[in-house]
Amino acid sequence: MYISHTQADREAMLKIIGVEKLEDLFQCLPDEGKFPELSLPDGITEMEALDELQYISTANETPQELVSFLGAGAYNHYIPAAVDSILMRSEFYTAYTPYQPEIAQGTLQAIFEYQSLIAALTGMDVSNASHYDGATAVAEAVNMAYHNFRGRKKKIILSPSIHPHYRETIHTYMDGVNLEIIGEDLSPESGPDDLIKLIDDQTALVMVQYPDFFGRIYDLTKLSTATHEQKSLFSVHINPISLGLIKPPSEFDADIVTGEGQPLGIPMSFGGPYLGLFATKKQYVRKMAGRLAGETVDTEGKRGYVLTLNTREQHIRREQATSNICTNQGLIALASTVYLSLLGKNGLQELARLNYHKAHYAAEKISAVPGFTVNPVQPFFNEFVVHCPVPAKEVNQSLLKYDILGGYDLGQDYPDLTHELLVAVTEMNTRSEIDFLAAVLEEESHD
Amino acid sequence: MNTPADLKYSTNDEWIRVEGDVATMGITDYAQDQLSDIVFVEIVAFEGDSLEQGETCAVVESVKAAADVYMPVGGEITAINQQLVDSPELINQDPYGNAWLIKIKMADSRELDGLMDADTYKNLERDH
Repeated sequence: MYISHTQADREAMLKIIGVEKLEDLFQCLPDEGKFPELSLPDGITEMEALDELQYISTANETPQELVSFLGAGAYNHYIPAAVDSILMRSEFYTAYTPYQPEIAQGTLQAIFEYQSLIAALTGMDVSNASHYDGATAVAEAVNMAYHNFRGRKKKIILSPSIHPHYRETIHTYMDGVNLEIIGEDLSPESGPDDLIKLIDDQTALVMVQYPDFFGRIYDLTKLSTATHEQKSLFSVHINPISLGLIKPPSEFDADIVTGEGQPLGIPMSFGGPYLGLFATKKQYVRKMAGRLAGETVDTEGKRGYVLTLNTREQHIRREQATSNICTNQGLIALASTVYLSLLGKNGLQELARLNYHKAHYAAEKISAVPGFTVNPVQPFFNEFVVHCPVPAKEVNQSLLKYDILGGYDLGQDYPDLTHELLVAVTEMNTRSEIDFLAAVLEEESHD
Repeated sequence: MNTPADLKYSTNDEWIRVEGDVATMGITDYAQDQLSDIVFVEIVAFEGDSLEQGETCAVVESVKAAADVYMPVGGEITAINQQLVDSPELINQDPYGNAWLIKIKMADSRELDGLMDADTYKNLERDH
């Protein structure tokens, strides 16, 4: 074992702070908490340990074993086998962050292609090399907007239909920054027009989700115009699969586009690791956190890739840094790159249409069940809210008896929405699964 | 090294040209030469802002380093050279002309007394 400090080093340090021995530093801890006796069982063999762990793991229930209609930010999509095959290649899997372009061309090219794909998908000028997850990306968008105005504009407007966990992350991130975050207490039924009323010249950023947390799709043109009239930034959080079908946020003149990249070939795996998408206009490229890979030529004129742009503050002017993120989610970004490359433009459009049609078929079937209604007015993509005759929590419990993982109980985040169930439908849900869901709801509603 | 006689200079390698109560400022030929190829300029204040002498008003980044640029005198910023955003290399090409950074409406012209003339600046002892 390598221990960086010698005994002499430690004695010198203790002497300087006036303490005799290391244990003296823990005097403030109560005696009973110090060095408790661990009552660990006797050791077992590897064979026995594996057996026990496998037994414990049978308590898990996965979307492979259940019929799942659960989404709310993590979606059950098919992942082509080629994604993992490429991902697991040791050249990618074991590579360290690509600080040395001469030995990291593969990783750098993959990042460059990832950026190109995300820029094309969102319609934006530039994408960074990715963030850790969607929540990080939205928090970095708030951070960027705040620093873009050098702290002069102190108001952030968040739509109440941005994922509640993302909003929580924003609050955590910006805790301690003198910012006013408003909009979240608007009714969940509110739309873009209600946000317009909140915008003033103190507004640094207006952020919405599209499709929103409830699955709804709104035309954001007016909201974007109203935001820009006050010289504020407009940020849109997307579901990347939906962009195979609906207008990219660039057509609403979004300044920042963020997204959760999990639907792009990344397993749900208990909530992570995921992928944060972050794209913006060229004029803000220097304000963007993270890193950017660029294409260039070497001394012999041959094509090569290199980390082109890191916000300079992070390396040489750290005291001026506006974000502490200077890395990316390399391997997961690669997975999404492979996934998007396999699908291609037409494949993504087909997939998006499939999701749309299956979700609409499901909405129609569920609305036909007495007591259950789906808002028929607002367009949606692959997720929608079902109003239930009993609390959504109870509906989910009934469904689980039939090995159906129901939707997301919105009462968990919105106290007034205890009877609302957020249902997601993807290409993984067959027609018979959807029919089965409707039949079970019907059956249970008679009890 | 070019050091025009009609300008005043700060120890942080900014130059200032005074016309009435308005001062135009930039970074000196010596500064651009030390930094080498300039790739990015950001004026970190807005028109209409009032900054004190010595406050940071811009950041200049070259292939070698990034440096803060300070207000040689205090006052209100009346103009910002937007051309530098697209063409930062102007600082290397024409530091005393097209590559001015900002114009300042001086708050107190006595602050000029603390700045150097060309001869003093030229003979300034450098610690590197």
